Amino acid sequence: MSWTSDEMMTVAAARALAGRTSCFVGIGAPSTAANLARRLHAPGLALIYESGTIGARPRTLPLSIGDGELAETADAVVSVPEVFNYWLQAGRIDVGFLAAAQLDRYANINTTVIGPDYRRPAVRLPGAGGAPEIAASCREVFILVRHGRRTFVEKVDFITSVGYGDGPGARERLGLRGRGPVLVVTDLGVLEPDPVSCELTLTRVHPEVTVADVQAATGWKLAVAEPVAVTEPPTGEELDLLRALKKGTLP
Amino acid sequence: MAELVGLAEGIRELVRDGDTVALEGFTHLIPVAAGQEIIRAGRRDLTLVRMTPDIVYDQLIGAGCARKLVFSWGGNPGVGSLHRLRDAVEHDWPAPLEVEEHSHAGMANRYVAGAAGLPFAVLRGYAGTDLVHHTTTLAPIDCPFTGERLTAVAALRPDLTVIHAQRADRAGNVQLWGITGVQKEAVFAAARSLVTVEEVVEVLDPRPGAVVLPAWVVTAVAEVPGGARPSYAQGYYDRDNSAYQQWDAISRDRERFGQWLAQTRDAPAGSRS
Repeated sequence: MSWTSDEMMTVAAARALAGRTSCFVGIGAPSTAANLARRLHAPGLALIYESGTIGARPRTLPLSIGDGELAETADAVVSVPEVFNYWLQAGRIDVGFLAAAQLDRYANINTTVIGPDYRRPAVRLPGAGGAPEIAASCREVFILVRHGRRTFVEKVDFITSVGYGDGPGARERLGLRGRGPVLVVTDLGVLEPDPVSCELTLTRVHPEVTVADVQAATGWKLAVAEPVAVTEPPTGEELDLLRALKKGTLP
Repeated sequence: MAELVGLAEGIRELVRDGDTVALEGFTHLIPVAAGQEIIRAGRRDLTLVRMTPDIVYDQLIGAGCARKLVFSWGGNPGVGSLHRLRDAVEHDWPAPLEVEEHSHAGMANRYVAGAAGLPFAVLRGYAGTDLVHHTTTLAPIDCPFTGERLTAVAALRPDLTVIHAQRADRAGNVQLWGITGVQKEAVFAAARSLVTVEEVVEVLDPRPGAVVLPAWVVTAVAEVPGGARPSYAQGYYDRDNSAYQQWDAISRDRERFGQWLAQTRDAPAGSRS
């Protein structure tokens, strides 16, 4: 069975959710991965969407974080202030899933503007949404993003959400309570922060991807683990479920 | 006590040029018809407030109604950019748009403070982000009991909040359910409020989990069936996802947007396009 690099990325992210209790989900690829995990190896995983739906079990993938399907299948629907204050800020959520328009070696995320001038940006992006506090307060953060030199940059144009700031000790100095990004899953491989330097380090490549491919798609000199592991290819079951989820043909 | 009004009349009476206006809704129950009525009323220089400005704010900005946007996430959910918002920020078209930008947690707490009659709210947030260098309505604050460094965010106090709800009774008591977002806080934070509803009923029978806004905290109620389309009203109609996808093409191009705007301005009060 063949697969696309995006499917490999989603499957790798879904696998990483094994054994987790609760996940704060953004729309798009993170939502797909979390819903795939819930149907495979994490049936008890509580999905929390920032619209206030706690424990949603959508039968089809939502287009937005507030689709009716989420409210109708949730354990509880709470207000937006409650989801941010009682659930996220209080540290009740295991994993937060984030995306990025730009990402640097310390996993700091930009989703605000491209270009040096905030007031006159080259590209105005949607902005912060829930991400800064997800990055700060979830016990751990997974980042799901396609690899490319426009995304993996030496320096982000704007820090929207803090990864490891300027390096070791930064999160503690800022008073951030969660561990921060522990996993960056891309369409080429997986990066994890070095336990000492906090710098993102390539620990796994997906099948048929080389370390040179990943370096070529990264805008800084990439730290590489020795040895680099290779991701298990997606199984037939994973691919069937993922495709059915995306088509909306699951019962 | 809430007054039952027509939408056109309610908007013209309650929205003034230069006002700070929040049309709230978190994907669900977005007051789209009310937003388009503001365009028809030709209001100008508005400060628009919303956590998740979506296509109705894109329309208001493209139509030149706004001077400033206070927000935390401005996109077309699941689709992409808000092109009219981007054109205003990137190219000052049709007019420059000042932005005051927060995170969702910050905006939610700003409404909570406004609703509670407090000058600010406190949260753990923003530390280490570049938002602290650009947004003047947030500031560090030390806890007087523990010394912990936290962040204060200024209360939001809109002149007017507009929301959409499922039902009201003739006295103007309002009931909404499903994802109710930050609407209750936004109504309580505002000096005036307008609620558009799917239907006005004789008796509001209780519903589990519903938010009820008694008539005496609401300024006006207008019956606007379908007033949240293309978003949805749980129990009435589903989200029209294709309309959000189609907005991408309409809004991407100034000329196509101009045609949409002309049609909308010519359409009768209370209609949506």
